[in-house]
Amino acid sequence: MSGHISPIREPLITGAKTYHQITEDICGPTERMPSRAWMITFVLAVLGLAFYIFCVTWTIWVGIGSWNLNRTIGWGWDITNFVWWVGIGHAGTLISAILLLFRQKWRTGVNRAAEAMTIFAVICAGQFPLIHMGRLWLGFFIFPYPNTRGPLWVNFNSPLLWDVFAISTYFTVSLLFWYTGLVPDFATVRDRASGIRRKVYDFLAFGWTGSAKHWQRWESLSLILAGLSTPLVLSVHTIVSFDFATSVIPGWHTTIFPPYFVAGAIFSGFAMVQTLMIITRKVLHLEDYITLEHIDSMNKVILATGTIVGVAYLTELFISWYSGYIYEQFAFYNRLMGPYWWSYVGMMSCNVLSPQIFWSKKLRQNIVVTFAMSIFVNIGMWFERFVIIASTLARDYLPSAWSYYSATWVEIGLFIGTLGLFSTCYLIFTRVAPVVAVAEIKSILKNAGDQYVGMKNAHKEHAHAEVEAKSGHDHH
Amino acid sequence: MKRSPNKDVLFGLYNDETEILSAVHKAKADHLDIYDVFTPFPVHGMEDAMELSESRLHMAGFVYGLIGLLTAFLGMTWIFTSDWPIIFGGKPYWSVPAFIPITFELTVLFAAIGMVVTFYTICGMGPGVINPTLHDRITDDKFCLAFDVTNASDADKSKFQSFLEKTGAEEITQKQI
Repeated sequence: MSGHISPIREPLITGAKTYHQITEDICGPTERMPSRAWMITFVLAVLGLAFYIFCVTWTIWVGIGSWNLNRTIGWGWDITNFVWWVGIGHAGTLISAILLLFRQKWRTGVNRAAEAMTIFAVICAGQFPLIHMGRLWLGFFIFPYPNTRGPLWVNFNSPLLWDVFAISTYFTVSLLFWYTGLVPDFATVRDRASGIRRKVYDFLAFGWTGSAKHWQRWESLSLILAGLSTPLVLSVHTIVSFDFATSVIPGWHTTIFPPYFVAGAIFSGFAMVQTLMIITRKVLHLEDYITLEHIDSMNKVILATGTIVGVAYLTELFISWYSGYIYEQFAFYNRLMGPYWWSYVGMMSCNVLSPQIFWSKKLRQNIVVTFAMSIFVNIGMWFERFVIIASTLARDYLPSAWSYYSATWVEIGLFIGTLGLFSTCYLIFTRVAPVVAVAEIKSILKNAGDQYVGMKNAHKEHAHAEVEAKSGHDHH
Repeated sequence: MKRSPNKDVLFGLYNDETEILSAVHKAKADHLDIYDVFTPFPVHGMEDAMELSESRLHMAGFVYGLIGLLTAFLGMTWIFTSDWPIIFGGKPYWSVPAFIPITFELTVLFAAIGMVVTFYTICGMGPGVINPTLHDRITDDKFCLAFDVTNASDADKSKFQSFLEKTGAEEITQKQI
């Protein structure tokens, strides 16, 4: 029906599921009372969120002076966190868009949760430039709108403004893409619900019926949104890298930044997907849908992008030496040997060296190792942004202006606070929406379920073919 | 927003997509007028079986994208060359390369929003819309083939009924929607 599937392909859905069983397994968690583990995590997440609100209030009340930024180092933890969160937000759309175009079936197990993660990560990222402005209530000045001051427009030549457009477009398109995918699944939950829950899901499902024409349009829309999101996801981190690359600061002014940032973003995004997926599949018992095969595939992406990032680091070092330009040479000497050498070491070991263990299939399929690695990568990618931002700014052109910077409790609190914001959103998501795309999983069941494909079926098919060949022979 | 029922529909539920797909093929061969088919997931080959015309959503998307592209590019051009020209970093007023990122972003933004809004509008869907559904398991594991019998004669009704029975539909029901 949909082409020949190699019988030795690893199944992506285990446990010989039927369509109804899939519905039960995936919609079930939204219908039960939350577990104790969920409640405890949720309380912690909300406490983190409350602390975040406290730190934001403190920053605005006291002023940016409550941070340790100074005349030399104007960007610190805030922009580091911003770039870190935006980077994490890249995996979702990559999984749902690029892997859709490449017809990678394993994406269906993880795309829903990864897209949710993307949206929440972009929300967290967007906080930092706004807080960094100091006067949060004038945040709307960043949009070009007819105003009574002339009208005075924004600077369309500035990469910081491109960033505003890139991030807000990315957020909007990801949200639309995600919700359109959710509508048929909300309808599934709706048709199982009664009472007040039915009313809520009636609203969320937008009146979905499952008509053939609607499915046809839905598939067409998904494909085009995927096509649009593919260059979009590459553009976002490219533009974030322009914030640095179009400046004239040695260490930032490099043409390698766009591809290097995009690879790093995919790298960190997949690490965060692994962190969340390993917990989610365990807590919601989704091991049959998010299998070791999925984890293996994502670890391959982590290995590939981690290595690309490693090549980029080494290229940077080589080019700075080869350029013969002393300021550029000094910027990189300073990264390795300067006051922030420890963050360079953290970056190199977490991002380049440690992912190399994933050349081993055994380690790629080991849950504990994968979870630990995902945390390493998250830390390493945070260090990367800190290295780029703080270590570069700390040693600028004038030695008399050289300075050092370490965060205050407010800045650290803002970072921990966004982790609370992120976790709160994600935990609510796991309660109200099917965490795995129900309809999409059903549509791949017949060529990815373990009762249809995999080694044990290969023998069956082989035997079957032999019998057929024999009986065909008999007829002659 | 629930509309009052105005249609009588006779439908049967199948257990597998291959069954409904062959039923649809057979109905087309027998020149039976199918009201609609409802499935829990997009069934491959259904558009061909139902002889649905290709969706023109992508053309709408192209037009929306073009509107976004022109809005961004012409907007920035007008602002920086005539409304309030400012020199930034010694570059010309009309610095086209610097306009590319925003032009790209707005192209994507307009195309995406436009297509999504169009999709929900032409499908008669949206926040708060409640469309009648035939059976609660259609979004779960049942595949539904429906005939419109609002003004059908008894002979036609029994023809539909026996067709559904013959093609392997399990549950056959008439419902007003």
